[in-house]
Amino acid sequence: MNKTMMRVVGVILVIATFLLISECAKKEKPILGSGDAASAVYVAPGDYDEFYAFTSGGFSGQLGVYGLPSGRLFREIPVFSVDPENGYGFNEETKDMLKTSFGYIPWDDSHHPELSQTDGVTDGRWIFINGNNTPRIARIDLKNFETAEIIEIPNSGGNHGSPFITQNSEYVVASTRFSVPIPQADVPIDSYKENFGGTISFIKVNPDDGHMNIEFQIIVPGYDYDLASGGKGPSHGWAFFTCYNTEQANTLLEVNASKNDKDFIAAVNWKLAEKYLAEGKGKVRPGEHYTNRMNHTTHSAVSTRNKTVVTLDPADCPGLIYYMPTPKSPHGVDVDPSGEYIVGGGKLAAVVSVHSFSKMLKAIEDEKFIGEAGGIPVLDYDATIAGEVTNVGLGPLHTEFDGKGNAYTSAFITSEVVKWKLGTWEVVDRIPTYYSLGHLMIPGGGSMKPWGKYLVGLNKMTKDRYLSTGPELAHAAQLIDISGEKMKLLLDFPTVGEPHYAQGIPADLVHPNTTKIYELEHNEHPYRAVTEKEARVERVGNEVHVYMTTIRTHFKPDNIEGIKVGDVVYFHVTNLEQDWDIPHGFAMQGARNSELLVMPGATNTLRWEPKKVGVFPFYCTDFCSALHQEMQGYVRVSPKGSKLPISFN
Amino acid sequence: MGALLLIGTYIFPLWSITVEAPQYPEGLGIYIRINTVDGHAKNDLKNLNIVNHYIGMQEIVPESIPELKYMPAIVGFLMVSGLLVAWKGGKKLLYIWLALFSIFALIGLIDFYLWNYDFGHNLDTEHAAIQIEGMTYQPPLFGTKTMLNFVTTSLPSGGGLLAFASIFMGYLAAFFTWRDKQSQ
Repeated sequence: MNKTMMRVVGVILVIATFLLISECAKKEKPILGSGDAASAVYVAPGDYDEFYAFTSGGFSGQLGVYGLPSGRLFREIPVFSVDPENGYGFNEETKDMLKTSFGYIPWDDSHHPELSQTDGVTDGRWIFINGNNTPRIARIDLKNFETAEIIEIPNSGGNHGSPFITQNSEYVVASTRFSVPIPQADVPIDSYKENFGGTISFIKVNPDDGHMNIEFQIIVPGYDYDLASGGKGPSHGWAFFTCYNTEQANTLLEVNASKNDKDFIAAVNWKLAEKYLAEGKGKVRPGEHYTNRMNHTTHSAVSTRNKTVVTLDPADCPGLIYYMPTPKSPHGVDVDPSGEYIVGGGKLAAVVSVHSFSKMLKAIEDEKFIGEAGGIPVLDYDATIAGEVTNVGLGPLHTEFDGKGNAYTSAFITSEVVKWKLGTWEVVDRIPTYYSLGHLMIPGGGSMKPWGKYLVGLNKMTKDRYLSTGPELAHAAQLIDISGEKMKLLLDFPTVGEPHYAQGIPADLVHPNTTKIYELEHNEHPYRAVTEKEARVERVGNEVHVYMTTIRTHFKPDNIEGIKVGDVVYFHVTNLEQDWDIPHGFAMQGARNSELLVMPGATNTLRWEPKKVGVFPFYCTDFCSALHQEMQGYVRVSPKGSKLPISFN
Repeated sequence: MGALLLIGTYIFPLWSITVEAPQYPEGLGIYIRINTVDGHAKNDLKNLNIVNHYIGMQEIVPESIPELKYMPAIVGFLMVSGLLVAWKGGKKLLYIWLALFSIFALIGLIDFYLWNYDFGHNLDTEHAAIQIEGMTYQPPLFGTKTMLNFVTTSLPSGGGLLAFASIFMGYLAAFFTWRDKQSQ
């Protein structure tokens, strides 16, 4: 070989190597080289999952915590429903978390978890979730995985379009699925068109402590507001809400609310709303609602009643809100990571309509209106539409994004995930789900930064997927690998309750921040006993307060006498442990509420009204140590009017 | 110079005892410092005491260990006297200082061993829930030992190592002094 040839070969080799490297770097390898789905979801014993998945509980009212890709259930966080397993909603400290203007409500229907965001990226601080039935929004702290706050939404019936978030968690939103008289009034139901209205609420989130308060409500025409999405990037400052039943039917909606060819996506300019508020355009109106907050110094919820809300009327606030016509009772509305495309899932249509934010602004500027609905300008469909995705399956509902230019839409009726390209609107792949897909979730898939590796499909029907359990079945979720060109089904796992939407986040953003114990020295519960020396029993009239401590492996006191039938006994149990994963339980025979499960350093209170004379045991329910079975005690109950004084040891 | 290293014994722990068990994958540990005993993590001492009470071991209460009261004074004396010796430069004084240091160190180690022995053997057989015939729980002075579900490791820590370095430098100084004398 002469020198020239060697040079040529050398250059070719260098180019070939460069191409190979760049090709490798460009192509993210699909997880499955071999088609072995089992190894793709296998998390070895002792290893951690890559993502947390938070699934709404639906009619359980709770929030499920799973690992991905394993599909393992870690915990079910009690939010809107009582949980006798740990005493949530039963013990004296957490009862007030469930307080509403209707009184104590021990259940709700939770649909949409939404992670907090900073700069459009999920940050792992909090997760919000709506209560649909008695309109509420809860905030769960991702340090201790406990419900930290619940706020009630007044002037609302069915808080469905909620709690979608703005890109810096400035607000979570809430829209009324069922319009109602505002304020509530005794009117004929068929006076719907005259007397019913909807509200779109903006709930401000304090960036430091997460505390929520209703900043303003926009009074909107009485349609059914369904789902929502915060703008991002260029569309930051706007939020989008779907609505159906623009027919304003009040009976047999199945037929009567499906007549119009198009309903609306409402575009709300909330930055302008802030300006109008500052100008004093807000009106104070009746709007009784409760705000319930957990305080982890006193380990008790504090409930506050608010009587009013500030409302904005679109008639006084030009430019605040526009309607974009969208085909056939749109359900989901999802803004893509760039913030430009607003995707509406027309649930009775066979197309997905994608509006363009920049075209929308232009259409507003050029006043391309086709009329008004309830005083709100309606934009020309052709002026805002960027594209229509055809062949997207029947019943398109929700869309998530992978951050690589692809969108994934769930088609409920044809039960499939359909992958299509933003910009060209061409369908590039589809995969069946089992069965009747509702929401789907990609970690970060509704934010500006999706982690486009997995997609979870959350199905409405299960049928024959698992070993049968009678008429009532677990719901089914499917994990799909979306890292390659073709989607691949990896795993099928049952879920608790009825998950609607879900959220996912890399484990690294949450796992390291976990609270392990509550520090005893910071316990300021009014009935705490932070050393065994402080353990005691005090009678105040017919109330008896037991200041009880637990530590491996005994209660102090463990023998109590002088209790009488007719007394109201409060067991204030302080767990003196300061070690991770050492909660103690407290169960009292005949208690008509639940047990207590007291975390290290916390105090919880069980109310007990003894009805029978005798000696009744109590014991620890959480297997805490080798001597757990010995962790017990007795309460002697004497007849009403007995003179036996209180004694204990 | 060697004496100055002793300052470190006021800052860093002398000894470290770590235990690991199936229930404590992250480990529990205590530091023996010049004037107290505390946990590697905030609640480790408390949790170790809780675990120990099942087998009747005495509770470790730093305030009730008299050695921890004398030790700062003794080390302080050694440090000041060591500096004085270095300043004066007397050969005899150096030997005396070294002998004193060695004796104190030896007494310290023996005392620590005895304390470990007492701690591991003097069990409360009346209240201990778990009593295993012939089983004692003396932690090792150096090294690792398995007791029931716990693997215990005991090693000198920063302060202890500095003390060893200090005494070693003392001997080194003595050795050079002695060699210089030989070669004269």
